[in-house]
Amino acid sequence: MVAQPKILLLDDDQDFLDLYKEMLTQHLSCLPEVRTASSGSRALSLLESEPFTLMVVDLNMPKMDGLQVLSIARRKYPTLKLVVLTGIRDEQFRTRAYAMGIDQYWIKPESDQEMGLFMESIESLLNREAQGGFRGVQSKSLVDIIQLECLSQSSSVLKITNGVVEGKIWIQNGEVIDAEAAGITAEPAFQRILSWKTGSFEIMPADSLRPRAIFTSYQGLLLNTAQAIDEAASQPEPVETPGATPVNEQLTTQSLLVEVSQMTGIDFALILGKEKKAEDFWGLDNPKPVTTWLRQTIDSFKELGERLQVGEMQQITATGLHKKISIATAGKSSLCIGFPSATSTDQMRETMRTIVTKWVS
Amino acid sequence: MGLLKFLTGSREPRLMRLPSGSFTVDANCKIMTSTLPQNFPEGRMREIGQQVLASFRAAKQAQMPLTELIIHFAALKLLARELRGGAMIFLMPQSLNQPTKLSERV
Repeated sequence: MVAQPKILLLDDDQDFLDLYKEMLTQHLSCLPEVRTASSGSRALSLLESEPFTLMVVDLNMPKMDGLQVLSIARRKYPTLKLVVLTGIRDEQFRTRAYAMGIDQYWIKPESDQEMGLFMESIESLLNREAQGGFRGVQSKSLVDIIQLECLSQSSSVLKITNGVVEGKIWIQNGEVIDAEAAGITAEPAFQRILSWKTGSFEIMPADSLRPRAIFTSYQGLLLNTAQAIDEAASQPEPVETPGATPVNEQLTTQSLLVEVSQMTGIDFALILGKEKKAEDFWGLDNPKPVTTWLRQTIDSFKELGERLQVGEMQQITATGLHKKISIATAGKSSLCIGFPSATSTDQMRETMRTIVTKWVS
Repeated sequence: MGLLKFLTGSREPRLMRLPSGSFTVDANCKIMTSTLPQNFPEGRMREIGQQVLASFRAAKQAQMPLTELIIHFAALKLLARELRGGAMIFLMPQSLNQPTKLSERV
């Protein structure tokens, strides 16, 4: 629970600011401190000078529009909760705002009922603890959800998505019978899934044909997993030398390349690490030209994405005379896979999905 | 048209929508044809064209000439086809109603 949350309201309409400041101050039980800004630049300077819990942004503003403010705010203040409150009913702006990582998109309320819902949602956002949680059930961890399913003797399949990685947990009559994630199954997969701190999940119908692969009770499973996570967390952090690839990362990269080299239909693989110098490859005689092209292309299109306000660059596919190339990015790392030109789109998609899952996990 | 636009044009702040359409640029990044709305700034088109041409050129220098480049942003898909030194570029805004998972792209 936040002590006294601070809300920053940004809109170019002064009447709107006055009205909403009063509403938020008087109607929210957490008694937030509300500050206002009538321009994007003023809002950014306020964010610079003091910490805020949440910012409510209008999109249509002169000079610096709401999307520009969101783009800067998301990059500079990743923990700040962002809500768009606008009069624009446009699917594209909603998509772009969500692509920038906002928490909610609201059309300006036109009735008491809508206003009530808006206030409730702001209250709920302010109360949400800043420790992660799964979308769909606020403030509930995955452990809570599994316990809930098992205690109610349910039979279901929990599908959990963490970025591009997907996992499944099969529950039959209140017992966890199997799990699958990133190419592994049973208990190790269960532990892997439970180590994810955020993501989204959906409960799917039970799969009664799934053979049982986990025989430990769900309480035992949760205990084992908690112990494994605690042990992993208590391991000392490796000392990093600036410019060098951390040992763990290097090992992971190399094992991934070994796996990729054993897959059919792949010409080469190249991984660019977080550090500018860090790179690893397989199947290339001279990786330098490809690396140069890769870095230039990724950097320039990332910048372009920011300028066009279209969210994060997620993937690039290139078709050449002799090769097809697929590039995926995760944070500051990039993975580039080369395929023979005859590879079909379906084959590429399937292979890339397998590799990206292994890479990200 | 220009005069009409000046007389009737709104002074209200207006967010710019991402258009759906295509345009072609020559090797010097001069806009040759466009199906994008007139209000989409030419500067923006050139900016996109320059990045695309630079990527095609860099690929050529790396001894792997490209004929097509697809860039997936969270809210936009950009498709570029090499066109004798220039490029034909398609802009396809993506919608939340038609989610495309990363794993389904390529």
